[in-house]
Amino acid sequence: MAVGTERPLRVVGAELVRHDAVEKVQGRTKYAADAEHPRMLHAMLKRSDHAHARILSVDTAAAETLPGVVGVYLAQDVPNNTAWVDVPGQTIEVGALKAFTNVLADGVVRYHGEPVALVAAETEDAALAALDAIEVEYEALPVVDDPVRALEPGAPLVHEGGNLLASWELEEGDVDAALAAAHVVVEGAYETQFVDHAYLEPEAGTAWLDAGGVIVIRAATQVIEHFRDVAQILGLDENRVRVIAPYVGGGFGGKEDLTVEPYLALVVLKTGRPVRMVWSRQESLLARSNRHAFRMRYRTGADRDGRLLAQEIELLADGGAYAYLSALVLLYSTTCAQGPYRCPNVRIRSRVVYTNHTPCSAFRGFGGMQVALAYEGQLDALAVELGLDPLELRRRNFVERGDALAIGQPLDTHVALPELTAAVEERLGPPPEPSSASALVGRGFACNLQPYGRCVWLNDWSSAWIGFERDGSLTIRIGVPDIGCGQASSLVQIASEVLGVAPERIAIHIGDSALTPLTGTTTATRQLYMSGNAVLEAATRLRDGVVQVAAGLLEVEPGQVELTPEGARDSEAVGRVVPFPDLVAACAAQNVPWQTLAVFHAPKGVPWRADEAWRGRVLPDFTYGCHGVDLEVDPETGHVRVLRYVAAHDVGRALNPQSVRGQIEGAVAMGIGYALSERVVFEDGQNLTGTFSQYLIPTAMEVPDVEALVLESGEGLGPFGARGIGEPPIGPPAPAIAAALRDATGVAFRTLPFTPELIGQALAKRTLPTLRRSERQRS
Amino acid sequence: RPRPGGRCRMTVAFVLNGRRVELEVPPHWTLLRALRDAAGQTDVKYGCGEGVCGACTVLLDGAAVNACSTLAGQADGAEILTVAGLSKSGELHPLQRELVERGAVQCGFCTPGVVLGALEAVELGAAGSREEIRESLAGNLCRCTGYRTIVDAVEAYRDASGGRA
Repeated sequence: MAVGTERPLRVVGAELVRHDAVEKVQGRTKYAADAEHPRMLHAMLKRSDHAHARILSVDTAAAETLPGVVGVYLAQDVPNNTAWVDVPGQTIEVGALKAFTNVLADGVVRYHGEPVALVAAETEDAALAALDAIEVEYEALPVVDDPVRALEPGAPLVHEGGNLLASWELEEGDVDAALAAAHVVVEGAYETQFVDHAYLEPEAGTAWLDAGGVIVIRAATQVIEHFRDVAQILGLDENRVRVIAPYVGGGFGGKEDLTVEPYLALVVLKTGRPVRMVWSRQESLLARSNRHAFRMRYRTGADRDGRLLAQEIELLADGGAYAYLSALVLLYSTTCAQGPYRCPNVRIRSRVVYTNHTPCSAFRGFGGMQVALAYEGQLDALAVELGLDPLELRRRNFVERGDALAIGQPLDTHVALPELTAAVEERLGPPPEPSSASALVGRGFACNLQPYGRCVWLNDWSSAWIGFERDGSLTIRIGVPDIGCGQASSLVQIASEVLGVAPERIAIHIGDSALTPLTGTTTATRQLYMSGNAVLEAATRLRDGVVQVAAGLLEVEPGQVELTPEGARDSEAVGRVVPFPDLVAACAAQNVPWQTLAVFHAPKGVPWRADEAWRGRVLPDFTYGCHGVDLEVDPETGHVRVLRYVAAHDVGRALNPQSVRGQIEGAVAMGIGYALSERVVFEDGQNLTGTFSQYLIPTAMEVPDVEALVLESGEGLGPFGARGIGEPPIGPPAPAIAAALRDATGVAFRTLPFTPELIGQALAKRTLPTLRRSERQRS
Repeated sequence: RPRPGGRCRMTVAFVLNGRRVELEVPPHWTLLRALRDAAGQTDVKYGCGEGVCGACTVLLDGAAVNACSTLAGQADGAEILTVAGLSKSGELHPLQRELVERGAVQCGFCTPGVVLGALEAVELGAAGSREEIRESLAGNLCRCTGYRTIVDAVEAYRDASGGRA
């Protein structure tokens, strides 16, 4: 990191065009579904029609005799059908969790769309016909479709051992006493819905058998380290499975768990032939993990000046039918539940339960998002009660460096919320004007904190390899999957900054568990932070040696050597340059390494232990943000039009400002969908939103020109002081829109999404005079 | 029970990116399947299969259509342009250059469809304002960018090309 601060930056901070964009815009990028192999089979999954049922029998005879069908596989055909995962961070009630998922349903199906049988055939048409020909006899079981009822005594069980998946309970201070003594107490119940990642690229991949009996899987994934899980499932040594991640057509957390990989690998194991599996959009919407639906109850007490005295928080999350990452999601929710606000007395009870809904798991925001609707809604309710400006109320309560959250999480970098709120307010300027006499306009703000980097109990690390080639070009090898955010491109920038080589002369090989050093998952807003630091470390180490050699050739002190795109030069004498090829040759002659591997270790923390007094660090650091929105409501139809949207974040340092703005604008669009239209609908466990005409993500018409304000405090833990920005901007849109709706209509909306039906019904109940915004004071 | 594994095939001939092709495909195949699986044209993307997301947009005799909702047989005798046919000798089309330089390409999966959808909109004069551009692109979903950069790129291209492609 020292390198970044010693001298002006050349490449870092520049608006570089991403190297992958040129191929993508020409349609030349080969995504997971675009590969083909000679004699390739096509694999498809027979999925459950039931949300909860016992499988009485599966008859595959007819399917197996169809022309072109090569194999039909059931649970008993998978060497280790049940994959067990240790989930860290468990609490007293539940204990350490060994969670499991089945590759193929074994005796019981627990959600609509759960895979029951796997078909491999010569053509996709033959595979489809085989799916139809498989006869599954079910005995329906009672469906658990409500998280509250799931916890009632006598509720049907999704899994043996109870429906409680994970829980946390903690109290700092004395909440009851503080609430009793508070000048004002507001109470709110909030509900969020299930939503789908809805990346444009459905889950897909190919697989084949390579030399040495290695099964190679090339799939759309955020995690090439799943080679270990696939090996466990197949009963192979981990080094006999290789996962390659090509450029991914969007991830957002939905390609963090296994998707197509075990099925592809099983077909290769059984047939020895290459295979492809591409999920339909309908399958993807039906059976892939969702964002957890939350029910939240908050009681918040403050003094007469609006300073928070106590927060009593209850979180109940619907985790769906299998654990996946639910326990960790809940840990993040619990950590962030109080928001970026100081509060001396906090009690949190959080639970996530099993139901017969589609399993929930990682989704951009990872539990930090749902609670933002509630903690911001509480602040807005307090502002109304106290007659205070919502931003002024927030300013009186913002956390600062040196504070700790109730769970014991220290906040040890700059908290830029005061600057961010001021920037958003200034940018928005005068309040919006209604477009017609009947239209209602409103303005709302929301702030948030969102972690970047994985939980510090997980001993996270990243490695990177960098080497010069003889012609002076540079090669990076790093196991990073690039899911569309410019992960690879940013690493090129860092290497270019440190080693002088021009970005266009740097090749980066990514995402191959056999050939590129492992660098960990593209999840948890960790990739720039972790891989960036690994590349920075490798580049810096390489630079140290190369500069020594260059100093000898130039006959100057090493401190006088500057690395530029032309080569090493004497920074104090114009014209004296050692071109990179000569420098590499000199390194070779002097046994000075011109290639290196570096490992970056994230800070560690002491894991939670079964002790109620435990407090400590959960996450490395946070990114803070403030968003402001102007919107207009048509009181006749309940339709909302977002007029303006300003989103400000302290990103520490923007390595590529264009990519940073892209992350912010894209996350806001996704957050607007979450706030206004997106909802996975279940009825008795049946998923009713299996198409893009039922599951509504925002089009270009629903998203305004998002104005991203990028602040650079230089205080992040990433390379050159960067903070992560992939997830943080998705938190504020829903609460900011809720606040603006409240401003426009006087109604506090607390159940997502805020559809025209919901808004229209709420407004129909109001008497007209209360709707006149002009009569109210926007203090 | 029908026999989708059967041998029924039809011949479809069209001009694909300036090259005449003749494909033998089952009659129920969509143009998307024919292009991807029979013609190897993987720049045309499958996103939803129901004509909503626009990832499979191609220009069929100059008109933007969703290849997933068009039968292969309907393209017989037509002229088809996919995004791969737009770049001559690897040079970027001016619209493609605008998209790249303005950061309108993230995961890139919607991008081929966006390029062709936007080209048609400019060609038809349906990109006069930002509002019109947004309406024209409503059939091309993007989950990464938030659309602003795409609209910027189309606007810049429209101005540079004098409103016509």
